[in-house]
Amino acid sequence: MGRKLLLEHINVPGINSFEVYRQKGGYRAVEKALKTLTPDEVVEEVKKSGLRGRGGAGFPTGMKWSFLAKPDGVPRYLVCNGDESEPGTFKDRYLMTHIPHLLIEGMIVSSFALGANTSYIYLRGEMMPQIRILEKAIAEAKNAGFLGKNILGSGFDLELYVQPGGGAYICGEETALIESLEGKRGNPRIKPPFPAISGLYNCPTVVNNVESIAATVPIINDGADEYAKIGIGRSTGTKLISASGNLNRPGVYEIELGIPVEEFIYSDQYCGGIANGKRLKAVVAGGSSVPILPANLILKTINGDNRLMTYESLADGGFASGTMLGSGGFVAYDEDQCIVRNTWNFSRFYHHESCGQCSPCREGTGWMEKVLHRLEYGHGKLSDIDLLVDVSKKIEGNTICPLGDAAAWPVASAIRHFRDEFEWHVTHPKEAMERNYGLANYADPLPKPEDLHPVN
Amino acid sequence: MLKISDTEDVIFSPELLSKFAEIVSRYPEGRQKSALLPILHLVQAQYGWVSSIAMDKVADYLELKPIEVYEVATFYTMFFLKPQGKYVLEVCRTGPCSIVGAERIMKYIENKLQVKEGEVTEDGLFSWRGVECLAACGMAPVLQIGPDYTYYENLTEAKIDELIDSLRLKTVDKPQIN
Repeated sequence: MGRKLLLEHINVPGINSFEVYRQKGGYRAVEKALKTLTPDEVVEEVKKSGLRGRGGAGFPTGMKWSFLAKPDGVPRYLVCNGDESEPGTFKDRYLMTHIPHLLIEGMIVSSFALGANTSYIYLRGEMMPQIRILEKAIAEAKNAGFLGKNILGSGFDLELYVQPGGGAYICGEETALIESLEGKRGNPRIKPPFPAISGLYNCPTVVNNVESIAATVPIINDGADEYAKIGIGRSTGTKLISASGNLNRPGVYEIELGIPVEEFIYSDQYCGGIANGKRLKAVVAGGSSVPILPANLILKTINGDNRLMTYESLADGGFASGTMLGSGGFVAYDEDQCIVRNTWNFSRFYHHESCGQCSPCREGTGWMEKVLHRLEYGHGKLSDIDLLVDVSKKIEGNTICPLGDAAAWPVASAIRHFRDEFEWHVTHPKEAMERNYGLANYADPLPKPEDLHPVN
Repeated sequence: MLKISDTEDVIFSPELLSKFAEIVSRYPEGRQKSALLPILHLVQAQYGWVSSIAMDKVADYLELKPIEVYEVATFYTMFFLKPQGKYVLEVCRTGPCSIVGAERIMKYIENKLQVKEGEVTEDGLFSWRGVECLAACGMAPVLQIGPDYTYYENLTEAKIDELIDSLRLKTVDKPQIN
């Protein structure tokens, strides 16, 4: 079993309370940062740790922090992104439910580093139970002198508030989240300016994922070098993976970045293999937005190397044969699952969640849903398959925010790797209503690079 | 929960108003619009939905134009713009839930309650709808019930029976069946 930095104490009874969390060494990072380090030194540690944004984009957290503008007399804000709406992702909800003080501690350390005296934790509105949990944790921390005025005599003041969203996937995009926090519709802003220059209330703002903020606690406690020892290359530290789908042991796992995908799926320490003795057909490795891969390509790269749970290894081969670590939303599909149906389901999701600002996304997601629906229900034409590719290409890169790409990639990748199954739905419409296409050759030894369908 | 129709006047109680005031205090001077989503949640928890009269009152309270409240309430899916059942069963229908039986669960609820998605049962107790990913994919299939948004996970037909029957008999406010 690998090292656990975030979930080490998750099974300790009462760890959701301040007392138990404190007994287990909680709030040491706040003491260390506020008493022995300057804000810039905290930023430097986080930079050195190699921590990359855990919400999906994987942008280096310390670097994001260093972009924050610091004009005199203007407040700066830290906003925690707990919108967690990417299908397949449920790690932040788990962390906040069971060990809320880890997030509160991370918020204090991070706010100190950024010079923010008011910080907000934005949670999707459906997480009312977690909002209550965090509000209780904030009250406990304040009572113990870790929040409020002049924390631990350091002169640093911090107020922390939890803000609910209202049910909108788009609010996970950082500028939409800021709009929502300002009491508006969640329409992403045009960038630049980036939030680091002009964010919440037009003030310099950093938006970080729940897990990224929590990870600053072990980084400050043990030092950046210790943190960076875990992992491979530019994928340092541990990552929470949300495992779902047809697995024996779905759930949230903290892994050391770098373990083989095969171990993660089949080892009893993690997912324990595919449920009901079935065989693996496909995996969405980083939340619904990332390209879906067939079983053979998720386990090995196109060059035959073992695929590892790192940002780089999952992306190996580009979109021709690779995918992305994304948010760590790992969905496994067994041999009985229909890729066409799943692609339709996801495209319905993106259509439903498009904010409607940009025409390519607003209209394109609807067209894709419609065409996929007719393919799934036996009314499709062979030309629909290329039509889908064409529409996805016209959305990708042509929108203000990445929701357009996120809607295009699952469709394009499903057709890239499972084209046979889409064609079968057209050529065998009756059969397709009665049974699934099955495993076919998707778990066979790797295709040759030249046999892969070109990147569309 | 208070029952109101769409023409009924809405008068926020002193308790509710003091909660509004606490929320407004979380933001800088002049940024009270930030309180809009939290306040709409409180209004919905109180009345079961947000009527246009209630939205106008929220606009008054926050010194906003009514349209600023309407556009927000219509953008976010959690706000109900017409009366619902006392208990709204919101079933996740997205990918990971779908591949482990969400459609089957929705069909079962539809048959058991004898109402279509979005409709209210005759006794006024229940409505149901499919919603998008609820961030509980490892515990799929899953549904939630407001206003506190209790999650019910790893759903089976038997669990749905137990949940609906106990809500019907009002043996408990929100049964713990997980």
